[in-house]
Amino acid sequence: MEKRAIEVDIKVPNQTRYLSLIGRIGEDIAKELDKFGGDRETLAYHINLVLTEAMVNAIKYANAEDPDKMVHIMITIADSELTIRVYDNGQGFDINSIPPPDFEKLEDRGRGVFIIKSIMDSVRYRKIDGGNVLEMSKRLQ
Amino acid sequence: MNLNIETRNEVIVIYVKEERLDAHNSGDLKSEMQRLFEEGKKNILVDLHDVRFIDSSGLGALVSGFKNAISHQGNLKLATLQTQVKSMFELTRLHRVFEIFPSTAEALENF
Repeated sequence: MEKRAIEVDIKVPNQTRYLSLIGRIGEDIAKELDKFGGDRETLAYHINLVLTEAMVNAIKYANAEDPDKMVHIMITIADSELTIRVYDNGQGFDINSIPPPDFEKLEDRGRGVFIIKSIMDSVRYRKIDGGNVLEMSKRLQ
Repeated sequence: MNLNIETRNEVIVIYVKEERLDAHNSGDLKSEMQRLFEEGKKNILVDLHDVRFIDSSGLGALVSGFKNAISHQGNLKLATLQTQVKSMFELTRLHRVFEIFPSTAEALENF
C-alpha cells in the first residue's frame, strides 16, 4: 500500500443498530482527506450513505437478518480512489441483478442499489472463500 | 425512535427528533403514520428539521405514508428539509411526488 493510504477494517454484528456507527466512521474519514478538492460535506454524506445502503443489503438479504452473523467492512483510500468492500458470509445477494427503480411507480422499496450505483463509479459483487464481497469504488478529484 | 406529535389547525405534525432516518428506525415512523391514518386522521405534516441523514429505507417509510394518505383520502406533506436530505429526494425523483415546504408555518397554510 502507498505511504499515504488509509485503510479501515471494521467488523460489527449483523444488526441495523450499528448503521450509525459505521456511517459516522465513513464521514470522519471523508473529513480527513487532505488532498480532496471537492465538496467535503457532500462526500461525507455520500460515504455515509453508501456504507449504510451496502450494510443494510448485507444484513437483510445476504445474511438473512441473522443477528449472530457478522458484517465485515473495509474502507480503503489510496491513489485518489475510495474503495468500500462489504463482506457477507451468507448465501449472497447480487445487487447487479436488481433492476433500476421505475420512477413512475411509487414503491416503498428498491432505491438502495440505485443510490449506490448513482454515487460510485464501479460496483461489483463476487464470491470469495466463505461468502461474498460487494466492492464499490469512486475516484476522488 | 423519538417523535414529537402535535395537532395544529386539524393537521397532525410529526417532528422527527432524530439525526438519522434509516433502516434502523424508519419502521417506527411508518407504523406511526399508518396508525394515525387508520384512526381517521386526514392531514399529516412530517417535519424533518432535525434529520441530517436519510437513506433509502427512510425515503421508503415516507413513500409508504404518502400511499397510506391517498388510500385514506388524506394528505401527507413534508417541511424543513436540510440540504443533503433534500438532495436525496431529487436523486430518487421523489421531489416530484411530495409537497415540500421550507417551513412548518408555510406547510400548515397549504393543507
